[in-house]
Amino acid sequence: MDFKSASELLALCRQEQCPISEVMCRRECELGETTREAVNRRMTRVLEIMRDSATVPLEHPSKSTGGLIGGEARQLHDHAAAGRAICGEVLQLAMTYAMGVSEVNASMGLIVAAPTAGSAGVVPGLLLALQDCYQLSGGRLVDALFNAGAVGYLAMRNATVAGAVGGCQAEVGVAAAMAASATVELMGGTPEQCLDAASTVLMNMLGLVCDPVGGLVEYPCQNRNAAGVANALIAAELALAGVRQLIPFDEMLAALYAVGRRIPIELRETALGGCAAAPSACAACGRCG
Amino acid sequence: MPFISVFDVLGPNMIGPSSSHTAGAAAIALLARKMIAPPIVKAEFTLYGSFAKTYQGHGTDRALLGGLMGFETDDTRIRNSFSLAREQGLAFQFTPCTTETELHPNTVDIRMENAAGQVMTVRGESLGGGKVRITRINSVEVDFTGQYSTVIVVQQDKPGVVAHITKVLSDSGVNIAFMRLFREAKGHTAYTIVESDGRLPQGIDAPLRDNPNVQDVMLLEP
Repeated sequence: MDFKSASELLALCRQEQCPISEVMCRRECELGETTREAVNRRMTRVLEIMRDSATVPLEHPSKSTGGLIGGEARQLHDHAAAGRAICGEVLQLAMTYAMGVSEVNASMGLIVAAPTAGSAGVVPGLLLALQDCYQLSGGRLVDALFNAGAVGYLAMRNATVAGAVGGCQAEVGVAAAMAASATVELMGGTPEQCLDAASTVLMNMLGLVCDPVGGLVEYPCQNRNAAGVANALIAAELALAGVRQLIPFDEMLAALYAVGRRIPIELRETALGGCAAAPSACAACGRCG
Repeated sequence: MPFISVFDVLGPNMIGPSSSHTAGAAAIALLARKMIAPPIVKAEFTLYGSFAKTYQGHGTDRALLGGLMGFETDDTRIRNSFSLAREQGLAFQFTPCTTETELHPNTVDIRMENAAGQVMTVRGESLGGGKVRITRINSVEVDFTGQYSTVIVVQQDKPGVVAHITKVLSDSGVNIAFMRLFREAKGHTAYTIVESDGRLPQGIDAPLRDNPNVQDVMLLEP
């Protein structure tokens, strides 16, 4: 069982009468020549690393290698604990977790790239928040990760997930598309709604440049992981409400890839433009040397 | 197109901060070290494109060196690879090259020297999400990813060598997924690269070497 595009994936879901996660899991077993038990065990380990990297910074904040970030997840956590959060429970928790994962990543800790390290906070952030708010089992989260994996696979196959090639839209954009699709499945949406949500995210994050201050995966990367979570949540809500999208996911991936290749080199992870070129950013870099 | 696993998307499990600049760098060096007999005593890394501009902040240097010492992408020893390399007697040097702009943005040349005095230079590209490919061995352009069990035969570009290779592989029951021949110029050194689905049989390099035009054989398991 294999698919090369979102339209082929949807056809398989219809033919097999099953969700995206199931198609992706069967594909992994067949093409990876392994068993369902083995892939579930491996995905459970992925979820475990995700949970650790999302929650450890709440108790034990750490300064990043470059010194630009550290402690933000704890601040968000304390802010919510004091009853002052304005985002609502799911988004507030999701952004806290997402920023925590970014902090662990920037301090050379263990994370799961999803699909990249710079965007690693988005998928776990949103899924773990939904688990907390809706008391979802670990098994259901593992399924949702297969759904997210299907969307990310299509981006890797048919476009790019490298910031140096396609900008931040290819990293946080794709991560948010993965999170949106997984969220829709987790909350009872159809495969079509999943990919509509993924498509919406790419639309809303199209053209986002990769401009890390000092060339470090710290700032504004961490903020953008929080923004990715919010974008994913908005797209999922639209899809679950039954709002259809004009442009299918395959076409949005092609658009993302075409836009990415036209982003100038200064705005593709080289730290020569955008936020990285702002005077305050350059001054901060001098300090972190 | 090689199989993209769900764990290539949700993965690698890795030490941060960058899948292309940290995990990808370690993965390239992990592949490179399998292509020369141990122990490696000297390594020179030439960095291009984005690697050249941002390698220190991304820990690309620590990851490359760690990979060359055999550290996987999720190995926390990567953080301390400079001091660990010094302890092992592995000399290393990093040179950013900003004049060459035609290459893939995340490219590195790794020049390795082992205790026996052998020298080999491998060029790798980090493609994003921890995926990598090798694009040059010494001065010959090649293309493989290391995701499959891989046989690399270094040979004189003469008639009959490829037939010899396929016969040996066929006699050993190896199922070839991809096979390509790369050469610099007619009659010079050429590389046959064979990627296979399953693990390679033990000792298959011996019969492969048994041909006057075969200079060397490398076996790379993923």
